Amino acid sequence: MKKILRLLAVLVLVAAGATWLATGANHGWTKTSVMVKTLDPVTGIDGISYEKKFLPGVDFLGAAVLAAGVLAGVSLFVNNNKHKQTTN
Amino acid sequence: MKLKYILPLVCLTTAAFAAPQTFDFKDPKGVNNAVFKLDAPLESVNGSASGISGTVSFDPENPAATTGKIVVASESMTVPNPMQKEHLHSANWLDVAKYPEITFEAKSLANVKTEGDVTTADVTGIFSLHGVSKEITAPVKFTYLKDKLSARVPKMNGDLLVIRANFEINREDFDIQKGQYEDKVSPTIQLSLSIAGACAK
Repeated sequence: MKKILRLLAVLVLVAAGATWLATGANHGWTKTSVMVKTLDPVTGIDGISYEKKFLPGVDFLGAAVLAAGVLAGVSLFVNNNKHKQTTN
Repeated sequence: MKLKYILPLVCLTTAAFAAPQTFDFKDPKGVNNAVFKLDAPLESVNGSASGISGTVSFDPENPAATTGKIVVASESMTVPNPMQKEHLHSANWLDVAKYPEITFEAKSLANVKTEGDVTTADVTGIFSLHGVSKEITAPVKFTYLKDKLSARVPKMNGDLLVIRANFEINREDFDIQKGQYEDKVSPTIQLSLSIAGACAK
């Protein structure tokens, strides 16, 4: 159980870090949409629309570190009694 | 005798051409927008509003006489972070339920300079936000596009008026979190307006 929890903690950290890097290593807050500008050829105005896109930020990384910390912390209090023998 | 008939006709014609035109800024194309930016330590808060309406009376022969009112629906203000958007709309910040509109009513223009179809000026008017109205002056640029409406809206003839303005306001002047969170969100809000209005003929 101890090992499983610690492995999960590492997995959470690695998965979050990989997702963050793969989506462009956004140093700001997490976004669920991105601003898209489209030029109106007649008026010359940049029209603004929002495209749905998940862009994890530093808060996402923080939450992953916290979750991994909780998992690792819980693992300290779990007894690994697989090899425990009951004596009589 | 001929002059008796011709003169009123000329006057009427001149008056018809010199009369200010009323431009409607409810854009069917949804291109009109107001962009806002507030500096913050980690990342500036950038967003936009698209719910723009209002009318402007503009005379290409006399741009200095321009008046009008632009309305931005508070509910249409959005930012890419959902939590920030929730905070922005909440009673603690803009309170969009209580104050559904942000308005600017132009009263007068100064330093008017016209070059071709482009007029620049300093517009003074009443800016209303979060239930507080204040007089402000901002630089503005008008671009008059004669007979260009059909290029945007097929089968409709008329003119377009593009208005661009960049200016700053202080959120504390409008009782938005006065004296609060200054270390987290700058009191200065940078605003950039890019809108086009139509006058059908």
